[in-house]
Order: sequence, then C-alpha cells, then structure tokens
Amino acid sequence: MKIAVNGEALEAQAGTLAGLLSELGYEPALVATAINETFVRAKDRDACALKEGDRVEVLSPRQGG
Amino acid sequence: MTDPLNFYGVTLTSRLLVGTSQYPSPAILAEALEASKAEVVTVSLRREAGGSRAGESFWGLIRDLGLRVLPNTAGCRSVKEAVTTAHMARELFDTTWIKLEVIGDDDLLAPDPFGLVEAARILCDDGFDVFPYMTEDVTLADRLVDAGCRVLMPWGAPIGSGRGLNNIFGLRALRARFRDIPLVIDAGLGAPSQAAQAFELGYDAVLLNTAIARAGDPAAMARAFALACEAGRAAYKALPIEPRDMAEPSTPVLGRAFT
Repeated sequence: MKIAVNGEALEAQAGTLAGLLSELGYEPALVATAINETFVRAKDRDACALKEGDRVEVLSPRQGG
Repeated sequence: MTDPLNFYGVTLTSRLLVGTSQYPSPAILAEALEASKAEVVTVSLRREAGGSRAGESFWGLIRDLGLRVLPNTAGCRSVKEAVTTAHMARELFDTTWIKLEVIGDDDLLAPDPFGLVEAARILCDDGFDVFPYMTEDVTLADRLVDAGCRVLMPWGAPIGSGRGLNNIFGLRALRARFRDIPLVIDAGLGAPSQAAQAFELGYDAVLLNTAIARAGDPAAMARAFALACEAGRAAYKALPIEPRDMAEPSTPVLGRAFT
C-alpha cells in the first residue's frame, strides 16, 4: 500500500507499524513513532494496522537547544 | 550543597543548562559539556532514516556523560505537533520533563502564547513536567502556572540572537510576580556577562546553546559561562546596592584637610 514515511512516499509491504519498522531496517528500541500526527506507543506497534495514505513519522534522539 | 535548585522535585547543583546542538564535533560537545558543569542538557527528536541509526551515537554520548536530559519540542508550530512530539520524547528518553516550544513566528522564533498555554495544559494533565519556552509576559505566565507549570522559561532574546536580556523591566516584573516558581532565562544569551546579569536580577538558572557551541573555543566559553553563573548567583545572594543618581563619597569626609 502507498504510505509516507518521514515525508517520503513509498510502497509498503507490511501491514502493521511494527512490520514496517522491520521492513525498513529500523531498530525498534531506538525510535519513537507517530501516525497521522498521533503518537503510537512502542508496545502498540504490533497491533497498529497501517492503511492507505497513512503518514508515518519515525524519530530518534538528536542534538537540541 | 548550600544553594540547590529544584525543578519538579529534582535537586540540582548547577544553574547552567546547556543545549547540545551546533557543536563542531561530538568530541568538542563532550568537552564543552564537561567544562560547563551542567547537569541538564537539552535534546531533540528528528526523523531517522531506515537502517541509519543516526541517533544512536549521539544518545550514547549523552548517556555516557550521565547527564539528565530535557527533551524539547523545537520547531513545532501547532499544539498537536508539540503534544505528539512530547509523547514521543517521553517514551524515547524515559523522562516526564519536556521543554515545550510552540513557535508562532519563523523570523523571531517567538513563542505562540495561545498554543503554548493549550499544549501546556494538555501535557500537565497527562503527567508531564513542563518547562515552557515563553515570552516574559506576566499574564502568559499566570496562565501557564494555572495550567500546571512549576517552572517558567522566559526568553532573554530570540533564539540564537546573542542579544542578551532585551526587556529588563519585564523580566524584573516577572521575577517579582512569581517569587516561588523557578525562573530560567531560555535563549538569546550571547556573552557570560549577560548570564551573570540574569542571576543578578534574581533568575534561578539560564539555558543556552549557541553562545557556547558557536564560540571559537566552545569548552573555554562553557567554562566562562559556568563562572559567570556562579558569580551572578553569588552577587544576587550578597544583596547588591541600589543604583543612585548622585555620587556618595566612599572615603570618609570627616577629617578631610584644608576645610
């Protein structure tokens, strides 16, 4: 299905957020996630079904002021 | 510990909070953080590319230094963005602390006071310890305290501007109005003398990034800021004299010759 991850459109095979992270090579413990601007807890990723057009954000720690 | 600082039940010795961005290298960042003697550093969340693990080394460096982190919501322009980012930060950094930024103007990076209060209320109600990046407006401060904030962080000047304390009158008024709330000057400081001035006004702490990170020698500048914070706080506690319009002789008048 067509979704966007961090602003980039892509065709995802996975049906869940956890599956998507695995498909794209993320280390699940090192990122935080949101779908359509709503936070998705790490423990809810397995049960979080993706749907066409979802906007997924995958963030990690960075320098900040 | 004779002069501790307390944020949401956490006792700190250092009154200098430091950002972790814009340093020439991770090694210089580590050196500067050590020189600053800061116990709290600000961090952020940014997009991670699949397989890159870009955030891992930075986060490892901060954890190895044993510093407490204050995650920010930098760049958020809406309540929804800020609240979602705060939740993501709470999970990833395992802290209830959040430096809440809701930006209302791109040129000045000025806080959006309306969005800030709304986001602060949502996050305080949800168990966050909110550190709001705000203007020095007293009414805004009232609303933020009503929302549940127990630390306030007025700007000295726009982020990265190095202009120091732009509104001394307003900052004095805020200090006078909120005697029991820790007040932190967040943003706008460029020189250690400006940090000392903040403490002389009675502010409890300062938070800065660019002035150290962009200095020619970040570690040396971090040390200079640490000294200035200590000096300014000591001066405040020592009760400075009030300015006068006219001169007053410091040498005794009694006994002067030729009278």
